[in-house]
Amino acid sequence: MNLFDILGPVMVGPSSSHTAGAVRIGRIARRLLGEGTPRRAVITLSGSFAATGRGHGTDRALVAGLLGMQPDDERIARSFFVAADKGMDFRFENANLRGEHPNTARLSLTGRSGRQMSLVASSLGGGRITVVELDGLRVRFSGDLPTLIVQNRDQPGHVSDVASMLASNGVNIATLQLYRDHPGGNAVMVIEIDKAVPQAGIDWLKRVEGINGVTFLNVEEDADGD
Amino acid sequence: MAIESLQALMDAARERDLVEVIISDDCVERGASREDSLARMRALYAAIRRSSAGYDPSLRSQSGMVGGDGAKMRAYVARGRTICGDYAGQVIAQALEMGESNACMKCIVAAPTAGSCGVLPAVLLPYQRREGLDDETMVRAMYVAGAVGQVIAEKASIAGAAGGCQAEIGTASAMGAAALCYLAGGDAQAVCHAAAMALKSLMGLVCDPIAGLVEVPCVKRNAAGAMIAMTSADMAMAGIRSAVPPDEVILAMREVGDKMDESLRETGLGGVAGTPFGQKVSKKMLRTSEQ
Repeated sequence: MNLFDILGPVMVGPSSSHTAGAVRIGRIARRLLGEGTPRRAVITLSGSFAATGRGHGTDRALVAGLLGMQPDDERIARSFFVAADKGMDFRFENANLRGEHPNTARLSLTGRSGRQMSLVASSLGGGRITVVELDGLRVRFSGDLPTLIVQNRDQPGHVSDVASMLASNGVNIATLQLYRDHPGGNAVMVIEIDKAVPQAGIDWLKRVEGINGVTFLNVEEDADGD
Repeated sequence: MAIESLQALMDAARERDLVEVIISDDCVERGASREDSLARMRALYAAIRRSSAGYDPSLRSQSGMVGGDGAKMRAYVARGRTICGDYAGQVIAQALEMGESNACMKCIVAAPTAGSCGVLPAVLLPYQRREGLDDETMVRAMYVAGAVGQVIAEKASIAGAAGGCQAEIGTASAMGAAALCYLAGGDAQAVCHAAAMALKSLMGLVCDPIAGLVEVPCVKRNAAGAMIAMTSADMAMAGIRSAVPPDEVILAMREVGDKMDESLRETGLGGVAGTPFGQKVSKKMLRTSEQ
């Protein structure tokens, strides 16, 4: 842990895992949907999130993250009212997501365009999180480093498309993970990189045949309006 | 982290300024510049001050068990008849206020955790006021606190679920003792021994939050942790040393945490959480969650 894992985060209480981590899960889901505030959200709480989530404000924190709030935003306490103002419907369910970390939630979102996205993420403590499932595919990333997420059809050439785009922009790859449901099915690439990808590179990738979604999570990026 | 033990910190501080050692270490570890490091630490201290100013005594926590005690303490101190004295009264009030703000979903600075966020502000803010210190000096003390917390996190734990409350309030108290000792002019040895004495005093403290919430007994333990930090810093400044080497104290704390029953590690089952009162609150909160 570095010095600023010990001191900080600056956050709305009461719990770094149940509140600050939950905001970050909501934020990462919003970014992966990629259409600003979702129109509808079904949020499933599991384990300790289900048992003590209400008392820790986990429910309000997840909604706050979906609305684009940061973990230190004092509007988190009244995020349900903000959601009503912004026209986001949401509903909570409790379920036992077997085999997952005790602090885990599934977020199923519908965007303004009708686009649907689902994610399962866990809060590990100290506000750190990990995404463990994206649109039904097992993944593992935290968003602690700048991360490029590419969803594509499982066919030859897409790793090369992404790698050459990054190389031509002078972006170094820190880690690279590949996941798929079955040969020729849906695949996802999670690439942690050392610096931001230029928007032009992301736009180019989005136009490649067989690539269905490109999301860039930049840790430095705070501005995230509607 | 290059500073892997308190001994390493004491050794490095023989040749260089203690705080400069810690700043350099942070820069290397995060690949950051000195200015970036200082800017982040200044922002944290500013957030602590904002958070202290934002205390609202009318707020109540989710369970209704927590809120308003900081204001009660301030009023009592103002009447001028405290047992510990006015200064200690201010420290206790600050610790309670910060813990209550956390439980009531106000903005706080985790140090090292949200549940123990009251200890460091409680020892730093009243001391700064009394001594008339500038923020830059306080920022340097924050580095000292952070480095002690970092060593404890590496060698033991700062999570109640892993090591009990001794890992949270105990670590916060050790960090506070170290920071105070530094501000009072203590050298690296005094700083590390102050931390060790605080950690020893809270060793064995279990994590037993009612209904698993960061409310009872967490808030009041921040006041206790702050007072032990002051006691330990004063002992160190008097020239008293921990008989057990500081790093060995940290390892002992880890061992105690490992041996602690699971019911006493943030499960909401044992200790005060397991009392009839605690169980009643727990059942009530569970019913609310299921609705």
